[in-house]
Amino acid sequence: MGSRHFVIIGNGISGITFARHLRKGDEKARITVISGESPYFFSRTALMYVYMGQMKWEHTQPYEPFFWKKNRIDLKQAWVKSITFEAKALVFESGETLNYDVLVLATGSKPAFFGWPGQDLKGVQGLYSKQDLETMEAITSEPMERAVIVGGGLIGIEMAEMLTYKKIPVTFLVRENRFWELVLPDAEASLVHKHIREHAIDLRLGTELKEIISDAQGSVRAVITSTGEEIPCGFVGIATGVLPNVDFLRNTSLAIGKGVKVNAKFESSVPDVYAIGDCAEFEQPPGPGRRNLEQVWYTGRMHGETLAYNFCNTPVAYQPGIWFNSAKFFAIEYQTYGWVSPEPVSGVQDFFWEHRDGKVSFRMSLDQEGKVLGVLNLGFRLRHEFFDRAIREKWSGEKVMQELGKGVFDPEFYAPYHQEIQAAYQRHFGGKIVSSKKSFFHKLFGASQ
Amino acid sequence: MRGIQGIGLVLFVVGMLVFTALPFLSSYRLTEGMVQDQVKEIHREKLAELLQPMYGQSYSSTHAFLSAYSSNFNPYNEELKAKQAWDQVIWDDYGFALAKAAGEGPARSHPWACLALSIGLVVLGGVLFQIAGYGSAHTSLAHTGVFHSSLKNRGVLGMLTGTYLIGFYVILYWFPAYLSPLVWMVEPIAQFLSGGPASQWFLYGLVYTLAIAVMGIRMVLKYRDNKYQQLRTASVVFFQTAFAFLIPEVLVLLNKPYFDFKNIWPLDYDFFYDYQIDTFISSGGLGLFMLIWGILLIVLGVPVFTYFYGKRWYCSWVCGCGGLAETVGDGFRHLSDKSLKAWQWERWMIHGVLALAVIMTGLTIVNYFSSFSLLGQVTNQLHSFYGFAIGSAFAGVVGTGFYPFMGNRVWCRFGCPLAAYLGLVQRFKSRFRITTNGGQCISCGNCSTHCEMGIDVRAYAQQGQNIVRSSCVGCGVCASVCPRGVLKLENGPEEGRIHDFPILIGNDSIKLRS
Repeated sequence: MGSRHFVIIGNGISGITFARHLRKGDEKARITVISGESPYFFSRTALMYVYMGQMKWEHTQPYEPFFWKKNRIDLKQAWVKSITFEAKALVFESGETLNYDVLVLATGSKPAFFGWPGQDLKGVQGLYSKQDLETMEAITSEPMERAVIVGGGLIGIEMAEMLTYKKIPVTFLVRENRFWELVLPDAEASLVHKHIREHAIDLRLGTELKEIISDAQGSVRAVITSTGEEIPCGFVGIATGVLPNVDFLRNTSLAIGKGVKVNAKFESSVPDVYAIGDCAEFEQPPGPGRRNLEQVWYTGRMHGETLAYNFCNTPVAYQPGIWFNSAKFFAIEYQTYGWVSPEPVSGVQDFFWEHRDGKVSFRMSLDQEGKVLGVLNLGFRLRHEFFDRAIREKWSGEKVMQELGKGVFDPEFYAPYHQEIQAAYQRHFGGKIVSSKKSFFHKLFGASQ
Repeated sequence: MRGIQGIGLVLFVVGMLVFTALPFLSSYRLTEGMVQDQVKEIHREKLAELLQPMYGQSYSSTHAFLSAYSSNFNPYNEELKAKQAWDQVIWDDYGFALAKAAGEGPARSHPWACLALSIGLVVLGGVLFQIAGYGSAHTSLAHTGVFHSSLKNRGVLGMLTGTYLIGFYVILYWFPAYLSPLVWMVEPIAQFLSGGPASQWFLYGLVYTLAIAVMGIRMVLKYRDNKYQQLRTASVVFFQTAFAFLIPEVLVLLNKPYFDFKNIWPLDYDFFYDYQIDTFISSGGLGLFMLIWGILLIVLGVPVFTYFYGKRWYCSWVCGCGGLAETVGDGFRHLSDKSLKAWQWERWMIHGVLALAVIMTGLTIVNYFSSFSLLGQVTNQLHSFYGFAIGSAFAGVVGTGFYPFMGNRVWCRFGCPLAAYLGLVQRFKSRFRITTNGGQCISCGNCSTHCEMGIDVRAYAQQGQNIVRSSCVGCGVCASVCPRGVLKLENGPEEGRIHDFPILIGNDSIKLRS
């Protein structure tokens, strides 16, 4: 194989996972990772915790600085200006150049802006990069009357939580009629709405941003919503999704759609150039029910693993397994395994249970034959391994219920919600569900439902 | 709520100021009768003679009193030492006993009032502060802000707190006479519980127990959605109050040996010292039971409980040091060093202390059974070295005083020989592990940041690997701070407990070890 020079643009989860696994499989390869954003790999998902004083910046870095030297992964902090594919060379903003044998694009995403008037004002920003965190910290360190968040998704609710920590009142504009409409069914969304409002957040559903208004210094002063209301504010958080970060690659020989077009082996239209993670756009969705763009942490990691494997073994096509995801809305944790539709689908039957306190819920989708398709749980934890197996092996809903005790991942002594879920299932579908008995200690000390 | 919190803070600060000021508000007047009362019979005559110039004199501060005591007493001892008349040297330190006897001041004349205005206000203020603070905060914010806090992130308040704690421990261990005015105010409680006088250790035990109780309330409020945290907090408060504080005092009242039934060798490093063994043997059935109980805990209790539950059954459910760390120290947990270097230091140090404790105890026992013919008084030297360096300096001054600098488990992580022993069992023969939830980890690092033992939990979680580490005390906070439900403390079959080749669930393209 010789010692090829692998250059990776982007030191996020995809690029770094690729570099690590390549090193494991190939002792000789020369590996260079380039990032303008930060010298070391950090966990983007932890930006909010740095803001809230729950972590320091150094804690977001999963590997100590010595790790890179030890594994002979060269790190270069620089912004790439352009790529000459014919010459296999990168040109940096400094004018410096670097040659590669294999180029892996792992440039991630950028916040999507939709051309609102005033979107370039000071105090208007998304939350994606280290620099975004820094500007948000700087702007919100001044006391302000109010902040407005635009976009009912995961980054939006994170920003709302961050501002709540700083005791800045928040108005949260969600275009759709429910939060995270692409994923959450009605009942779950209502549960989350209640929880958001408990944190004194002014949640406006079905409301869009129309315009951002400037003050005399060119900073944001207020926003105008689709209802015509003017809301005075000192900060506008744009969280209306992300787009692949590929602008610097447009108008080259590389085929670009929304992202870098790749096949199932992450090969782009240009030989020896690959794309993984958020910036890659599959020509065909990688699996049934999957999208051409996969922009979550876990898929970025899997892309990196798979591509690295392909350089060290007989190449395989990327084939993700059972879908899973997780998030957290203030104090309420969300997990999902398999396929659960946010809207009712004919031929699919849902079993839904919600705890009377309105902070815990469980949904299981079953196909026409009563086989489990997926689950969605809020406020308590379920075991990945258990549901991966149940869905893969197409267990019946009744079997899942029978075994549910083994599928719970809550800490010891927590309320055994699964027993209430089992009872509700039995009331709804009949059948005989034998719930596992509480242990002696749990009876004595454990939480009740 | 903010108002109540403010009142709590004011009461706490006033109480601390009174507590700190009391030792400066006493004067001393020594009489010959006091010397006769406080000094052992063999030294009585000599000391009564040496201290003659002090009788009837009034000393306005502890320092003045102790200086006078030293200037009258030390030359005599120095002379004997110079002559190498070792058997005549008076090794006992009568400074504390005489200061306590000779002291006069508010703490002695009005002990209850002083107790209420110092420790009482600290407790009341602390409880109000915690209830008002954590009682109203959203649980989603439970772990936020620690790095924006001067106290909790090595700011000025942290430095002051650490310095105060270190100072307190240094005085407690090596200059206890300065605490004698404070000891006076707890005298009535000691008299009630044990029927005897209070020592500096009684004062310390009381303060320690109250600190765990007050900060235990904080834990229960902070983790009000977390039954595991609440139960283990209740457990440490119970064991500290009943086993470490009350029962030993009541034993003394009943004329039995002072004994903490939950303290285990080698943390309880003097368990096998000759005078301890003599005490057990000469105290009838109960004494013998104590000896056997202590040995059973070492040879059966530790391995059996640790096999089933991990070392957490002791370190974060029973232990007094652990109890303080988990309550008073909770706010400092994130200050532990997570680097690989720190882990390397940790392994050398903690196992070094274990080796030292084992060697010292082995020699002591051999010496005991050979009636001191083998090593003579050498073990005494070893005991005093261990007691000074490990028992006092490491466990006390560094162990607690360094909370605001290096986190709340410095002693447990780097020094405790019992933790080392429990850890060896936990690592090699136990059902305990922290399970990671398939592929759900997002490498955010909350778990590692908030691990008081400095374990890089994320390093395991992000590759789907169970966490099996000798140092893990099973506090459960990693599972609590995890935003994605990835970590769970579990006891389960030994098979598959240690993943040498972990596989993350979710990628069907390949099966490879992370």
